[in-house]
Amino acid sequence: MGKENEAKRLMKNFNILISGTGGQGLITLLQILSEAAMIEGYDIKTAELHGLSQRGGSINTHIKLGKKVYSPLISAGSADLVISLENLEALRTINYINPKTKFLINCYSLPFIGSLSEKEIEKKLKKIIKGKKYIISASETCKQELGKEVLSGVYLVSYASFKKILPIKPVSISKAIKRVIPKAYLDMNLKAFKLAQRDSK
Amino acid sequence: MLLLKYMKKILLGNEAIVQGALEAGVEFVSAYPGTPSSEIGNIFGNIAKKHGIYFEFSPNEKTALEASIGASFSGLKCLVSMKHFGVNVASDALLPFVYTGTKGPTVVIVADDPSCYSSGQTEQNSRYFGYMGHIPILEPSDAQEAKDYVKLGYQISEKFKVPVIVRITTRVAHQRMPVSIGTVKKAKPKALFVKDVKKFVTMPPRVLEMKDELLEKIEKIKDFHNIDKVEGKGKIGIITSGVSYLYVKEALDKMKLNLPILKIGMFYPLSEKKIKSFVKPLKKVLVVEELEGIIEKEVNALTNCEIHGKDLLPISREFNTDIVGIAIAKFANKKYKIIKTAKIDLPKRFPRLCPECPYWFVFSAVKEVAPKGTIFGGGIGCYMLAGFPPHQIQDYLLCMGSSVGIAHGIKKAVGDKQKLITFMGDSSFFHAGIPAIINTVFNKSNPLIIIMDNRITAMTGHQPNPGMGRTGMWDKTIDLKIENIVKACGVKHVKVIDPQNVNELKSTIKNFINKKEVSVIVAKRICALWARRMKRKGL
Repeated sequence: MGKENEAKRLMKNFNILISGTGGQGLITLLQILSEAAMIEGYDIKTAELHGLSQRGGSINTHIKLGKKVYSPLISAGSADLVISLENLEALRTINYINPKTKFLINCYSLPFIGSLSEKEIEKKLKKIIKGKKYIISASETCKQELGKEVLSGVYLVSYASFKKILPIKPVSISKAIKRVIPKAYLDMNLKAFKLAQRDSK
Repeated sequence: MLLLKYMKKILLGNEAIVQGALEAGVEFVSAYPGTPSSEIGNIFGNIAKKHGIYFEFSPNEKTALEASIGASFSGLKCLVSMKHFGVNVASDALLPFVYTGTKGPTVVIVADDPSCYSSGQTEQNSRYFGYMGHIPILEPSDAQEAKDYVKLGYQISEKFKVPVIVRITTRVAHQRMPVSIGTVKKAKPKALFVKDVKKFVTMPPRVLEMKDELLEKIEKIKDFHNIDKVEGKGKIGIITSGVSYLYVKEALDKMKLNLPILKIGMFYPLSEKKIKSFVKPLKKVLVVEELEGIIEKEVNALTNCEIHGKDLLPISREFNTDIVGIAIAKFANKKYKIIKTAKIDLPKRFPRLCPECPYWFVFSAVKEVAPKGTIFGGGIGCYMLAGFPPHQIQDYLLCMGSSVGIAHGIKKAVGDKQKLITFMGDSSFFHAGIPAIINTVFNKSNPLIIIMDNRITAMTGHQPNPGMGRTGMWDKTIDLKIENIVKACGVKHVKVIDPQNVNELKSTIKNFINKKEVSVIVAKRICALWARRMKRKGL
């Protein structure tokens, strides 16, 4: 990225919404992204929820980066990028998106009683997403190649960086992974990062 | 600049509070977990020993506060942490503690939850405690301020010998940002209780002198600090505090406005001088504060200026930039652009029990064998998920311990016309459940109480409680047997059952629900998540 671009990208905040369900590791992703954003010299604010709202229910976490960030919450229609760890939860971000919002969706369903069918979800996604979208089988890839579905989050964030839909360089993401993830799990997380690199080409 | 960057670390608001306390040299920490405050205790539980600090999770917020009061009376620097409803429980000790004052400086963290993301009960505005008890309250808006205000809290407490509340909300507690890190010295607590009846005994007539002394202190505290900040310029202005300040700043940026702002850092006591001098040159003022408009009322009483606030902003639910932006637009007669978004009807994904949770067995057994029309009592903890599908067995829910307290009242009122089964978690039992159980024996009622003993305080992220053999610092301690306490309370029908033994559970429910006296089933099986984490922790 040239110097001019660098300055330009710092002019306006970049807002990332991560959606999924409790237990999918959304808070770890928030930590990785904010650490990586700090490595790149951005100001950062994030918002997350704990406790009751975390018990398997729908959750979204907010991360905003830029030259100066005040509120930790993304305003209606102001997400630049949605990363969703689950199909239906991608739909639930509708209040935050605009025609330019980019989507990176894990092709993965955690159904519940009364949930929509995958076809219906697909139809609705097509209808609401006007911007660029990437629907990739992150959970499946991580399960098949690394034996752990839960790595799909790190895989997705890395993928977003390699695809340049996230204004954070892959080298900062991998540095952040090393800072955030405990030693015992670091190796498999770095493998997920590498897989994302391979698959983003 | 480069150096500064390296001294910064991304911290969660609650982590920043811990960092602030460490930098201030805290020596004694006590807490009861509760979202959105829980991480503070969790972190101290893991790091206290390394820093030479004492930490405990106490059975409830009152005993947590009392522990720190004792340590403060003995000269130690103390931190107490709790969620908003915790102050209600602790207030019996908190209010007189403000009268006696501190010996070792003491900061109390109180975490409110506007919009009730993780709080059944009420949308409490704990700032009122400032007025009720003359307790200084600091109100940070972000993680950096949370750290700074904790340190300032200790300075105020040290100088004026009063406890200081640092009041945060969910969006401060669970907000991450780069926070500058200072130095931390290892604590070397030197405690000694020096008798001083005049200071520590709140008996009349001395208690009234204490109140007079407190009021004098409060007068001095008003202008002692320097955290109320003024910025911007113009003829109409905004007064704000806490996280609302961030929404004001973002909204003004969006609107390309630069109005004068008075950001209040100390909520109680308000600096009348600063408010008056800020308002004096202005034609009108908008007060932007979440929940009830307390500052607005104060500003109204202090000045003759045209004051707006709750006429343009809601009293319930948390704010965001758009809500504040619209209010500012109306107030300043400007435009604020809201991005219109589409709506979509989606099935709700309710919070639910984890797949291997032992509570599944209890709820399904109860649902199967409870006679038609049985009333179900609910309480605070993972078992409040009884209210959601597929269980839907929760007919009332108020606060910690009340599942049994209210059960007693219902049974006294309705007699044998209606059956009642009420749930209570192990942590709730130790927190506020025991007096309620005693009441059912003492005043003779007969609910069936099922104590959901999953061997840990689960909902808030697995904190130790008196019934599992570990302290807050993970040292071994007595594992208090709930059934023994229940028997000692005078309950005759008591049975401990592993809920996986579904048949035994069902037949016991059927038997106990027809008893003339109160009966208790202790459904004892470890939280599935905790069982895994315990192994990882090597416990």
